[in-house]
Amino acid sequence: MNLTLKIWRQPGPRHQGSMQTYKVTDISEDMSFLEMLDILNEQLNAKGEEPIAFDSDCREGICGSCGLMISGKAHGPEKTTTCQLHMRSFTDGEVITVEPWRANAFPVIKDLVVDRGAFDRIIQAGGYISVNTGSAPEANAAPVPKPHADRAFMAAECIGCGACVAACPNASAMLFMGAKVTHLSELPQGQPERDARVVSMVDQHDHEGFGGCTNVGACSQACPKGIPQDVISTLNKDLRAALRR
Amino acid sequence: MTDTINAGITHGLYTEGEPIADTKAPAGPIAQMWTTRRFEAALVNPANRRKLDVIIVGTGLAGGSAAATLGEAGYNVKSFCFQDSPRRAHSIAAQGGINAAKNYKEDGDSVYRLFYDTVKGGDYRSRETNVYRLAEVSANIIDQCVAQGVPFARDYGGLLDNRSFGGVQVSRTFYARGQTGQQLLIGAYQALERQVAAGTVTTYTRHEMLEVVVVDGRARGIIVRDLVTGEIETHLADAVVLASGGYGNVFFLSTNAMGSNVTASWRAHRKGAYMANPCYTQIHPTCIPVSGEHQSKLTLMSESLRNDGRIWVPKNREDCDKDPRDIPEEDRDYYLERIYPSYGNLVPRDIASRQAKNVCDEGRGVGPKVGDFRRGVYLDFADAIERLGQEAVSEKYGNLFDMYARITGEDPYKVPMRIYPAVHYVMGGLWVDYDLQSSIPGLFVAGEANFSDHGANRLGASALMQGLADGYFVLPNTIRDYLAKAPFEPVTADHPEVVAARQSVQSRTERLLAINGERSVDSFHRELGQVMWEYCGMERSEEGLLKAIDLIRGLREEFWRNVRVLGAADTLNQSLERAGRVADFLELGELMCIDALHRRESCGGHFRVESQTEDGEALRHDDEYAYVAAWESTGGDGFGELGTPVLHKEDLVYEAIQLKQRSYK
Ligand SMILES: Cc1cc2nc3c(=O)[nH]c(=O)nc-3n(C[C@H](O)[C@H](O)[C@H](O)COP(=O)(O)OP(=O)(O)OC[C@H]3O[C@@H](n4cnc5c(N)ncnc54)[C@H](O)[C@@H]3O)c2cc1C
Ligand code: SF4
Ligand code: FES
Repeated sequence: MNLTLKIWRQPGPRHQGSMQTYKVTDISEDMSFLEMLDILNEQLNAKGEEPIAFDSDCREGICGSCGLMISGKAHGPEKTTTCQLHMRSFTDGEVITVEPWRANAFPVIKDLVVDRGAFDRIIQAGGYISVNTGSAPEANAAPVPKPHADRAFMAAECIGCGACVAACPNASAMLFMGAKVTHLSELPQGQPERDARVVSMVDQHDHEGFGGCTNVGACSQACPKGIPQDVISTLNKDLRAALRR
Repeated sequence: MTDTINAGITHGLYTEGEPIADTKAPAGPIAQMWTTRRFEAALVNPANRRKLDVIIVGTGLAGGSAAATLGEAGYNVKSFCFQDSPRRAHSIAAQGGINAAKNYKEDGDSVYRLFYDTVKGGDYRSRETNVYRLAEVSANIIDQCVAQGVPFARDYGGLLDNRSFGGVQVSRTFYARGQTGQQLLIGAYQALERQVAAGTVTTYTRHEMLEVVVVDGRARGIIVRDLVTGEIETHLADAVVLASGGYGNVFFLSTNAMGSNVTASWRAHRKGAYMANPCYTQIHPTCIPVSGEHQSKLTLMSESLRNDGRIWVPKNREDCDKDPRDIPEEDRDYYLERIYPSYGNLVPRDIASRQAKNVCDEGRGVGPKVGDFRRGVYLDFADAIERLGQEAVSEKYGNLFDMYARITGEDPYKVPMRIYPAVHYVMGGLWVDYDLQSSIPGLFVAGEANFSDHGANRLGASALMQGLADGYFVLPNTIRDYLAKAPFEPVTADHPEVVAARQSVQSRTERLLAINGERSVDSFHRELGQVMWEYCGMERSEEGLLKAIDLIRGLREEFWRNVRVLGAADTLNQSLERAGRVADFLELGELMCIDALHRRESCGGHFRVESQTEDGEALRHDDEYAYVAAWESTGGDGFGELGTPVLHKEDLVYEAIQLKQRSYK
C-alpha cells in the first residue's frame, strides 16, 4: 500500500518542531508500524536526509520503549504497542500523523523520542519492597491467596510505556502509579510500607508535573496491557487511608 | 584428522598459545567449594566500601541485580544502560521461566540433579565447578524474588507453582505466565531504584560504553557516549563489571531486542579480555518465520506448543503453496515423527531446528518466499483441536495463538501455524574464572556476556537463573575479594591510558561520520547476518566457514569505505549508534567463524558436517575437544583489521560427572 505520513520532526529539546510530510510506497501489510518507519528511514538515508529518531527495543510488546501518537491515538488504532501494530490496520492511501507522547513531564529529546525519566523517579520514591539480598525468608513461608495473586499479577503487567499519560487530557500518570501500588499492595510482602509508599509516590508524581486524574478513562482505553481503571481506585483508597493514619 | 584441525592455523587464521586454567575454584569436594570460596574471600569493612567505586555496565537481570546488591552492601555504584530506563533491558522479554532446585514437588529434584541436567544439557562443554554453584544458589533466587514481590504463578493453596521445561523429568521451573523475564527484571529494577533513592547507586541511562580503560594491567574505568548530548565521558572506578548481555544480533534476525549488541564485550576483548567459545549459539525451533525482506526481528513462541502441535511439511514441493487444509494426509511428511519415532515432535531444540532447516533447504518449506526459499514448517493443531476441543486448546495456548494471529494476520485455530528456527541466545562470551573475573584483573563479567555455565547448548530456563545467580549471589561475594586489595593507585582523567581510550572513541566516531558512502548501516548488518546464518548457524562445514570468513572480510572492508552515517556527533544519533555496533559485529563474526572452524566436532546445537554418525546424527569428540576455546586478540587497527587471534585452551575436567554420548533416537 501507499501512505502519506505527517511526522513530527524536532532536532533537539530546545528547537522548534514541525510536522513534515513523507510518502511511502509498497508497504506490505505484514510489516509492523516500526518496520514501516525503518523503510522510510532507509529512504531518507539514501537521499542524504537524517533519519527520524524513535525509540524501540524488544519489538514484541514487552519492554515499553516504543510509543507514538498515531493519528491522535496513543499506540495507534489497536489496543497494542506500536511495535506490535501492523500495517494491515491501515488502508491504502491513508494519511497518518505521527507524533511523540505529549506531556510536560515527558519532554521531547528529538523527533519522536521523549524523556520518560519521571517514571523511574516515581519508582524511586517508593515503588519497591525493601528487602536486602540474602535476607529473604523461604519463598513459600507466606502463601498468597489466589485472588490476590491474580490481581497483583494483572497490575504487574504494566510495561511503563507512558501511553496512559499521553492519552490523558490532564497528562496524569495515575494509571501507571495505580498499577504499581496495586501490584505491591495485594501481596503480604508489600504491607509494611503500604502507607508510606503511596504518599511518597503521589508526591513525586505531582512534583514531576503530571496532572491530576479527573476520571476521564482515556488511560485504560489506551493501555496496551489492559490495566483497568480500578487500579486508580485502589490508589486513591490507599492514599486516603494513609493520610488518615 | 589433525591436519584438518589445524586447517585454521595452516590458513593463517589463528595461532595457538599457552593453555589456561581457572585458579580460583578452591580444592575439595564440589559441594563444599562455594562455601569455602565465600569464606576465603577477603572482607571489606563497611567504612571502606563507601570509598570504593564500582562501574556496572548493563541493567538486565545480571547487571541490575548486581548493582542493587553492591549498592546495598555500601559500595559506590555507577550503573549504565543504553535504554531510557534500566527496566527496559533485554531480559524483560524472556517468556518461559526460571529453574531452581527447590524440590517443591517432591519429585526427586535436588541441587545435584539440576547440576547434572545442566552439564548434560550443555553437552559437557561447561565448567563443572561453576555449574554446581549455579544449582546451589538457584533456590535462594526464588526466595529473593518472592520477597521483592515478583508475582510468580501460584496454586489454589497460595503456594508457588512449577512446570517442567525443555525435556527435563522434574518440575522445577518457576514462571509468571509468559512474562517471567519481565517480572524478574522489574524485581531487580525496583531493588536498583531503591538504592538510587538511598544514594548508593547512580544510574546513567541512554549512555553507551564504548571503551574500557586499562591502567597497569587492571580495568579502571570506561569511556561512554551520552546518547542524548553526544558527549564522550570518562568514568573511573576500582572495578568494572560488564553485564551487557548477548550478541545474537550478529545474525541480524534473532529473537533479541534491537539494541542488543557486542560492543561492550568486544571493546574489552580488544583490550585483552579473552573471548570464549564465541561460536556457541542457541537456536530456538519455534519462532514465527520471516515474512519478508523488511523484517527487523523475530518473535519467539513458547516451546510448550510442541506438546500438542504436530510438525509437518508437504511431501511434494508442488504442494508448498497450496492451502495446507487441502493437502491430504498421505501427502504430508510428519518428518520428526518419521525420523525420531520415540521422541517425535518433542525432540530437543537443536534437532527440531536442524530438521526444519533441512526440509526447507530441500525446497519443501511453506509460507511466503523470502529470497529464493520458503522458510517455514507447519505446526498443526487440527488433531489436538479434534481430540481436546477448541476450548481446551485455547485454555492452554490462547495467548500464544492470539499473538500469532496479531503478527501474521492468520487464524491458527483454522490454518496451521508456521514456525521456523531462529537465533535466540548465545553461550559464548568473555572468558571468566570461578570468581567471574575476566583475563583483565578488575574486569568482571556476569550474565549472558560471560561464556557462562552453559557449555554448548542450553536447556530452557537456565539463562535467567544464571543472570540472577551471578548478580545477586556470586559476584557480590567474589568482587569483594578483589576490592579488598584496594586502595589501588589513583588514576585521573589525564592519565595517558585514559586519554588514549577517549581518543580512540573519538576517532572511531569521527571516522564513521566522515565516510559518507553509499550504503546504509542496516544493509551491512543484514548481509553479515545472512552470511552468519548460512555458514555459521546450525550447520557448519570447513568449506562454508572459510568462505564466510572471506565474505566477512570483504564486507568489513567495504563498510569502512562505503557506509553512510548521517547526522552529527553531538546529538542523539541512532544511525551512529548502530554503525558502531555493526562495526563490532563485523569483527566478532569473523572470530565466530574461526572458532567454529577449529572445532571440528558436532556439539550442542552445532552440527559439523564433517563430524556425524553413520545415520547422520551429531558426533562429539571428547578426546579432542573437551576444552573451552578462549581467544586472545592481537589487535589490528580497529577499523576493519582484526589481527590474528591466539587460541588458549582451558581443559574441562569432569570429576563429579562422567562424560556420556547423547542419543535422540
Ligand atoms: C525471546 C527470548 C526469550 C527468552 N526466554 C528465556 C526463558 O524463558 N528462560 C531463560 O532462562 N532465558 C530466556 N532467554 C534468555 C535470557 O533472557 C537472557 O539470556 C538473559 O535475560 C540475559 O540477561 P543479561 O542480564 O545477561 O543481559 P540483558 O538483559 O541483555 O541486558 C544487557 C544490558 O546491557 C546494557 N548494555 C549492553 N551494551 C551496552 C553498552 N555498550 N553500554 C551500556 N549498556 C550496555 C543494555 O542496556 C542492558 O541493560 C530468552 C531470550 C529471549 C531473546
Ligand atoms: S499503565 Fe498501561 S499505558 Fe500506562 S505505562 Fe503501564 S502499560 Fe503503559
Ligand atoms: S519495542 Fe518493546 S514494547 Fe515496543
